[in-house]
Amino acid sequence: MGAGHGHTLHYHGHSAIHRLPAHVKIVALVLFVLAVVATPREAFWPYAAHLTALVGAVLVSRVPLSYIGTRMVVEVPFVVFALLVPFVAIGPRVAVGPFEVSAPGLVAAWALLAKGTLGVIASLLAAATTEARDLVAGFERLRLPQPLVQIMSFMLRYTEVVAGELSRMRIARDSRGFRARSIRQWPVLGHTLGALFIRSYERGERVHLAMLSRGYAGRLPSLHPRTATSGEWAVGGILPGVAVLVCAAALVIAR
Amino acid sequence: MLDVRGLAFAYPDGHQALFGVDLHVHRGERVALLGPNGAGKTTLVLHLNGILAAGAGTVSVSGLEVTTNNLAEIRRRVGIIFQDPDDQLFMPTVRDDVAFGPANLGLRGDALDTRVLRALEQVGMDAFIDRPPHHLSYGQRRRVAVATVLAMEPEILIMDEPSSNLDPASRRELADIVRALDVTVLMVTHDLPYALELCERSVILSDGVIAGDGRTREVLADADLLARPRLELPYGFTVV
Ligand SMILES: Nc1ncnc2c1ncn2[C@@H]1O[C@H](COP(=O)(O)OP(=O)(O)OP(=O)(O)O)[C@@H](O)[C@H]1O
Ligand SMILES: [Mg+2]
Repeated sequence: MGAGHGHTLHYHGHSAIHRLPAHVKIVALVLFVLAVVATPREAFWPYAAHLTALVGAVLVSRVPLSYIGTRMVVEVPFVVFALLVPFVAIGPRVAVGPFEVSAPGLVAAWALLAKGTLGVIASLLAAATTEARDLVAGFERLRLPQPLVQIMSFMLRYTEVVAGELSRMRIARDSRGFRARSIRQWPVLGHTLGALFIRSYERGERVHLAMLSRGYAGRLPSLHPRTATSGEWAVGGILPGVAVLVCAAALVIAR
Repeated sequence: MLDVRGLAFAYPDGHQALFGVDLHVHRGERVALLGPNGAGKTTLVLHLNGILAAGAGTVSVSGLEVTTNNLAEIRRRVGIIFQDPDDQLFMPTVRDDVAFGPANLGLRGDALDTRVLRALEQVGMDAFIDRPPHHLSYGQRRRVAVATVLAMEPEILIMDEPSSNLDPASRRELADIVRALDVTVLMVTHDLPYALELCERSVILSDGVIAGDGRTREVLADADLLARPRLELPYGFTVV
């Protein structure tokens, strides 16, 4: 953390996609993912089309492909799972190299991989082009319940405070000669975390008092009402629009 | 202006912190509230805008009694600056943080922007308006915290230990800011020279009751009055 603005996934830039209001991007992301999920999994070409459109969007955003690529490691557990499916699934068997695997399992694995990968890339693109506070404002515009919006915005603000507190506690502990070398020292780490929890909790309470003192009545004022022009909705609609067309075409052809 | 009568309060765990406090502050006065650690100063302050509800007694501000029905109006009149600026600053930028209070009062648009800018100018922090508050130095955060409350244009400004953790220059700059303001001030402090510098009147709170009240110069010169509640001038200071 600590990059001034933004968050760990954010890639600073000024492309057309960066400039879109956050709520447009959230809506576009959800529509895109829905279209991808609804695409029949038997054909290969619709996924190639989805991927092409998505990579096009990434190029427009000028976020380097390598930046997205390295962050796709979050998908690894799903990849492992997908690779296991053909071996454990039941149904007629087909030979793939030296292995006998389940044919329906193979299709399921392919679909999981393809849809998952597209979803991850699209989410990373949205995250890389949107600052965290705008994301929160975007959710607020989309009428996400206020308590959830507030939890998100406080999480943003206080992650740094809590991380700072933790690092000060660690420095104070290490200054008194502590080294976490073996499992026997774990209780000390446990106490540190316990103290951190109490402190964060009490800080939260004091912050709440300070907010009440400034007239807080359960609702954060939205200070930057950002409405989207129809032009911006149109730009944001391109990618999901293409995805919906591809999905519809694939459904018609599969029939 | 500020009128506290017979205020008593016990915390939910049973600890009685205030035993009948009487305090009157007139419009335009700057009053120091002195007292040792644990005297109940913060507890008293939290009653003045209705964060804590009196166990017995009353608090009123400009003739309006603090009750649960008029908390919004009371909190507009009474601005509290808390001891730790990190508790006070919680929005992503200095601008948003200063705007938080007035926006809660219903201000929007240009009126809100001018309020924010003026409050930040008053504390000399207008150049930092788009920075995240948690990347400022402690003294700068303290000043922004002052601005967050000034932006609400309170009738009475209450500061809980404003000079703690400030270096001498920041401490003096804060004093200049306070002196330049045209509001009633109640300042909680352990810093007796600071009280002498800024406040013509001092009130001593000790063990939950008012133990002394008078002109700061006379209060600080009264060795007996200071010794009972364990108040001490810093080494080398005398007030004559
Ligand atoms: N939440 C609480 N629950 C129970 N007792 C409390 C609570 N907060 C404070 N007290 C007690 O009330 C008394 C007055 O506390 P208060 O915080 O008002 O003191 P203070 O004068 O502000 O002291 P300091 O100068 O150290 O800030 C203390 O004895 C304290 O232990
Ligand atoms: Mg206190």
